[in-house]
Amino acid sequence: MDAPGTTRREVLIGALAGGLVATFGAAPARATPDEMRAAIRKVVGTAQVRKGRIDLDVPPLVENGNTVSLVITVDSPMTATDYVKSIHVFNEKNPQPNVIGIRLGPRAGKAKIATRFRLADTQMITAIAEMSDGSFWSASAELIVTMAACVEGL
Amino acid sequence: MARPLINVPAKVKRGQVFEIKTLISHIMETGFRYTTTGQRIPRDIITFFSCSYNGEEIFSADFYPAVSANPFLTFYTVATESGTLEFKWIGDNGFSETASVPVTVE
Repeated sequence: MDAPGTTRREVLIGALAGGLVATFGAAPARATPDEMRAAIRKVVGTAQVRKGRIDLDVPPLVENGNTVSLVITVDSPMTATDYVKSIHVFNEKNPQPNVIGIRLGPRAGKAKIATRFRLADTQMITAIAEMSDGSFWSASAELIVTMAACVEGL
Repeated sequence: MARPLINVPAKVKRGQVFEIKTLISHIMETGFRYTTTGQRIPRDIITFFSCSYNGEEIFSADFYPAVSANPFLTFYTVATESGTLEFKWIGDNGFSETASVPVTVE
């Protein structure tokens, strides 16, 4: 990447960026940070969401928005009386604010999941965990995307 | 067509927390893409996944179009008894796939 002059990769990224503008110029409305907040409200209701207890492991720089690895670990003893009930992941700028919703329980033993998801743009993602005592915890991470999902031609 | 791959340790000790890895081949078409002639490609995704341990559901997930093609999911459970782990995927256009894997608890 530090080679002088214009590399093939830079030309390709430039071409993709052009395609991105062309594709999304006429695309349907995309989710906004407000829509993400609304989607979060739908899950948590009127409960207060506190920061912490979630470790969100995502790459800070994403080369391919079609497959972004996501590992979520929630700090919980996972006993019969103190466990994680659900984990929800939200994004700001994909066409829809939801990414995945997971339900687990004391039988999980460990509140950790891994999956892969799509990102249409550089944006912030937020994970919310619901505990058995009814409290909600959140963590956010900023991801920079060089090649977005949904731009490839057919 | 959509053969799931599941990875679970062959033998586990009672009380041990073990990892379950699942992967299923599926296009996960978002419904937000268009063909070159401007027609919207209809959504075709897996919307629901669940895992049961000897008949009791221990884990489930709702998938949205933001989940990558060929959904991959890993999670954990505590070894209680020998038996089977049953997996189920349900999606658009009547998609349904199941798989089961034996677990041996020592």
